[in-house]
This record gives sequence, structure tokens and C-alpha cells, in this order.
Amino acid sequence: MKATVHVFLKPGVLDVQGKAVESALHGLGWADVKDARVGRVITFDVGGTDKTAAEAEVRAMCEKLLANTVIESYRIEVA
Amino acid sequence: MKAAVIVFPGSNCDRDCAVAVERSTGAKVEMVWHKDTVLPDGLDLIVLPGGFSYGDYLRCGAMAALSPVMKEVVAAAGRGVATVGICNGFQILCEAGLLPGALLRNEGLKYVCKPVSLDVTNAQTRFTAGYQGRREVVMTIGNGEGNFFADAETLARIEGEGQVAFRYKENPNGSVADIAGIVNDAGNIIGLMPHPDRSFEAELGSADGAILFQSALASA
Repeated sequence: MKATVHVFLKPGVLDVQGKAVESALHGLGWADVKDARVGRVITFDVGGTDKTAAEAEVRAMCEKLLANTVIESYRIEVA
Repeated sequence: MKAAVIVFPGSNCDRDCAVAVERSTGAKVEMVWHKDTVLPDGLDLIVLPGGFSYGDYLRCGAMAALSPVMKEVVAAAGRGVATVGICNGFQILCEAGLLPGALLRNEGLKYVCKPVSLDVTNAQTRFTAGYQGRREVVMTIGNGEGNFFADAETLARIEGEGQVAFRYKENPNGSVADIAGIVNDAGNIIGLMPHPDRSFEAELGSADGAILFQSALASA
């Protein structure tokens, strides 16, 4: 099964890259852009056929390595 | 006295740390490769040096925190061995869960490299005891992700427990509460972004860093 993990800084944690991207978009004329956040997408094959089991494994991977839950939140897709 | 400097792939201050500890304290220093699964016997001090371990892949310090030697570092620190993480070493200690909080990208998005003045916030830790009577010291910083962050609850706890060892006089990177260095609740682990290893003799512009290594070993 294919796993996709989205990792973003938690709301409330200053995302300076997001701020810089937002300000650059403003500079290009997209004045309405707000709340830009820069995150990370990690994709991999997790094996197996049981979606629920795979999701549990990927969640454990996020807690242990893929995200630092002090500052980051994550969202998992398994298909 | 015996110290170990842990060498990760991408560490670049490992030699600096070894020389700084040797010259500041006279301790015998052994270099320990990150894949080693045992630490030298009878260690009084462990230093995690600055650099870009594993190329800062994923997050600064995330990969190094899972290196084989870190199991031994966690065990030794748990036994009370003095452990110092400098710059990338601080990031590794946070990633390993040995220190609270995390280091974010600098607020100004710039790599900041310069001497900074620090307030010795708590001169009663085992790493800062030698600064008794001095409120201001100078060390050099060099980091792009040195912006210390802790959530409000964690921050209140570490402030309340006196775990903030150093604060920046002028915040260079957006660190919460101007925090430059913290100790763990047991007091035997310190992480700091400024480099005592680049400030251990007058020829480097400041010898203030030497006192940190001397303090760590004085209480060993």
C-alpha cells in the first residue's frame, strides 16, 4: 500500500518559510494570499493489504521519526 | 577526567570540541563514532558537537538522534553523566527527547554567525556554577535553525524549575523568551546554541566557554 504523509508546523508555531512565500506572492501581485504554510510530503510503499493496520504503522512512524510532534502535526493517507 | 565527543556524519565542530575540552580542563578526550554501540568506560563528560549531522535531512538532529550510539548516550545521561549538546548537538538532544522543546528556522530566515552576549540566567546549574557572580558572558553562535521553541506549558515549567541556563541579551533568531540554553530537569544535560567550543581562549575573542566545560567536570 502506498502511504502519503503530510507534515506541517502546528498552527501557532511561526512558519517563517510560509511567511516568506506569502510575502513573495504579495510582491507578484497576489495581494489576497494569506496564511501560507510550507510543509513536507513523504511518500513510500508500506507493504501489506490491510488499510487499518497500515495506517497504524504509519502513525507510529510519524510519532517516532517523520514528525516532531513538539512543533509539527501530520496527516496520513494510505491507499 | 575523561570526556567523549560523539562524531556523527556531518559533524563539523567535533575537533573544536575535543581541543576546547582538552585545553579548558586537561581531560582526556576520546572521539566516539556514531555507529559505536559502547561508550568508553568511566566517562565524566559527553559532548555532542555542532555541525550538520546527516545533512540536516528531515529535521536538524532527527537522524542523529536515532544513531546507534545515542542509546548509550541516553543510558549514560540517565545515570547522571554530564552531557553537553552544542548547536546541532542541542538539536539532537531535543530530537532524542533528552531536552524539552525544539529548534525552529531562524525568524529572520538567515544563518546567523557572530559573537553574542548572553545573560547567565541560572548560575547554579552544574554547567554554569563557574559563572558565579558574572551575569554576562560572550560566546559565538552560528546557526540557521536556532530559534528555540517550547509550548506555553513547557515554557512555564522550564522557567519555573530554573532550567533556563542562558538567555540572549539581544535575541538573534526569535527564540522564545530569548532562550539560548537549557538544562534538563535532573540538571546533568545542557543544550545551547552558542558555541563554548569557539570561545574557550582569549585568542578566539572570548574565553568564557572554557568555564562551562570546567564547571561540568568540577562537579563530576
